[in-house]
Amino acid sequence: MEHHTTPSAAHLRVENLTLAYGDLVIQKDLCFEIPRASIFIIMGGSGCGKSTLLRHLVGLQRPAAGRIYYGERCFWALEDKEREAIMRGCGILYQSGALWSSLTLAENIALPLREYTRLRAAEIKDLVELKLALVGLAGFGDFYPAQISGGMRKRAGLARALALDPDILFFDEPSAGLDPVSAARLDELILELRESLGATVVVVTHELASIFAIGTDGIFLDAESKTLIARGNPRTLRDECREPSVRRFLTRDAKEGRT
Amino acid sequence: MAQALPSAGPPAQLHRQREDDRLILAFAGDWKGDQPLPSLAELGAALGAAPREVVLRDAGLLGWDSRLLVFVLRIRDLCAAQGIACRDEELPQGVQRLLALATAVPERPGSRQDEGRPSLLHELGEGALLWGRKSIDNLVFFGEVFFSLTRLLRGRARFRASDLLLHLQEAGIAALPIVTLISLLVGVILAFVGAVQLRLFGAEIYIANAVALGMARDMGAMMTGILMAGRTGAAYAAQLGSMQVNEEIDALRTFGVAPVDFLVLPRLIALVLMVPLLTVYADLMGILGGALVGVGLFDLPLTQYYQQTASAVPLIHFATGLIKALAYGAIVAVAGCLRGMQCGRSAAAVGEATTAAVVSAIVWIIVANAVLTVIFHILGI
Repeated sequence: MEHHTTPSAAHLRVENLTLAYGDLVIQKDLCFEIPRASIFIIMGGSGCGKSTLLRHLVGLQRPAAGRIYYGERCFWALEDKEREAIMRGCGILYQSGALWSSLTLAENIALPLREYTRLRAAEIKDLVELKLALVGLAGFGDFYPAQISGGMRKRAGLARALALDPDILFFDEPSAGLDPVSAARLDELILELRESLGATVVVVTHELASIFAIGTDGIFLDAESKTLIARGNPRTLRDECREPSVRRFLTRDAKEGRT
Repeated sequence: MAQALPSAGPPAQLHRQREDDRLILAFAGDWKGDQPLPSLAELGAALGAAPREVVLRDAGLLGWDSRLLVFVLRIRDLCAAQGIACRDEELPQGVQRLLALATAVPERPGSRQDEGRPSLLHELGEGALLWGRKSIDNLVFFGEVFFSLTRLLRGRARFRASDLLLHLQEAGIAALPIVTLISLLVGVILAFVGAVQLRLFGAEIYIANAVALGMARDMGAMMTGILMAGRTGAAYAAQLGSMQVNEEIDALRTFGVAPVDFLVLPRLIALVLMVPLLTVYADLMGILGGALVGVGLFDLPLTQYYQQTASAVPLIHFATGLIKALAYGAIVAVAGCLRGMQCGRSAAAVGEATTAAVVSAIVWIIVANAVLTVIFHILGI
């Protein structure tokens, strides 16, 4: 959580990245940088490979071609151990929470703490309560994921993502399946956490309200040309982007040609 | 991530300083990672001296993470317990904001689960009620299957023929290799067990009787049934269980398709047809296994072995085995589907459903075997 003194340095840099499942190319030649302490939005229509890109960024999938740099270190060229250390520094909120269903919420959050710190059980318990309180779930530690609502599962997933005090947070469709009020609250929570932790936040979403509320930077992936067709602050993109498809997306315009 | 790496900075420090009736706690050093933190016990003693307020101050914090937040929350609790004001305006902005966030939503009363141990009587009662509820659920399921079968007979059950074919293949041809292996070996084992005793009387030829009778009346059907319980019954429970988790079964219901028709019937039909067929095959394989031992190791002539087998086992014995096999097929299918349909909505529940399916199927198979054996004995067949 230290506040970095070199804000110009990119937290994450992607060079000529190609995403593919076997022979099926999803996206190719992606080049972009994610600045430190930004809220970076990965936008694009359904099925354009947003979540796949996220899976590549956090190291769940090996790129077909291209490089991913964390700071100065090339992710896939590292030793397994170093790569795992980087992955531990990433907090990830999966689409539906992905809480381990056989563990209570408290155990879900405690698991990474138990594995990767030398803290005593009592301290871990305090930390778990803090994380739950941060996402507004104080006292729910003894519940199993199946016993709470979808929105609560999402927040519990966020608490687990925060378990190791990550310096970069990834969100896969954070507001999917939430009502507008809960979604807005989650956005506020993300903003608040970014402000106070100084962490970098990467969000995959196509929720416009969210995009404009929190995004400071972003890229737009296109399914047809299979590459990114715009990058920058979402608001600027909406008002000034030359790509009509990007503007249509960001203004929620179904009709073609009306530009 | 700092936690994973050994921290090298100056240790976490907390300086106490008394100014009139204020106690100033100055945080310094590196409060990151898993290095030891100052003890709270001393602080409790310092608070005992009754200052009017406690001021938390950033006096050169090099880094901090959630442990600092927990520490500050602890201090706040200590202060609150003694009615002392606790001020954190001089801590870093981020710390203040996170503390505000952590205390923004009060704990919902009643959300914490009761940790008290219930009495033995309480647990016994709970257990009995649970057992009662489960029995009713089981009966409801059997009833649904029964109605579904009557719909089938009237030609009004709705399921896809391709599903049935798939299950027939999955529970039939696909099971042949394992059935071959197991029943051949069971035949060999039966032959050996018999041979050791029969040899004492020089009656090795009766190996043929022992193997053929054993396979045809019991072992063929039972081994096939248990194999299918582990192989196919478990698969059914896992399939239906994960469909339950994904709300696929609810989706069927809302479209007006009876899940029992659509999911259970094809599986039930497949097993009821295939287990007897597999049993016939297993019987033959078992007899072949016995013949291998008899002819190969005990030097019985093959033709004599064959004739002995044919005279020892009239077809009625095969028929009793087939009736048992029919029952086992139904048991495996119903147990698998029942546990799958009753599955809870989590990954752990799917595992439990699968285990329960195999255990129930095997238990019911043994019970059915006992009951049918007694019935056949009374009927004199």
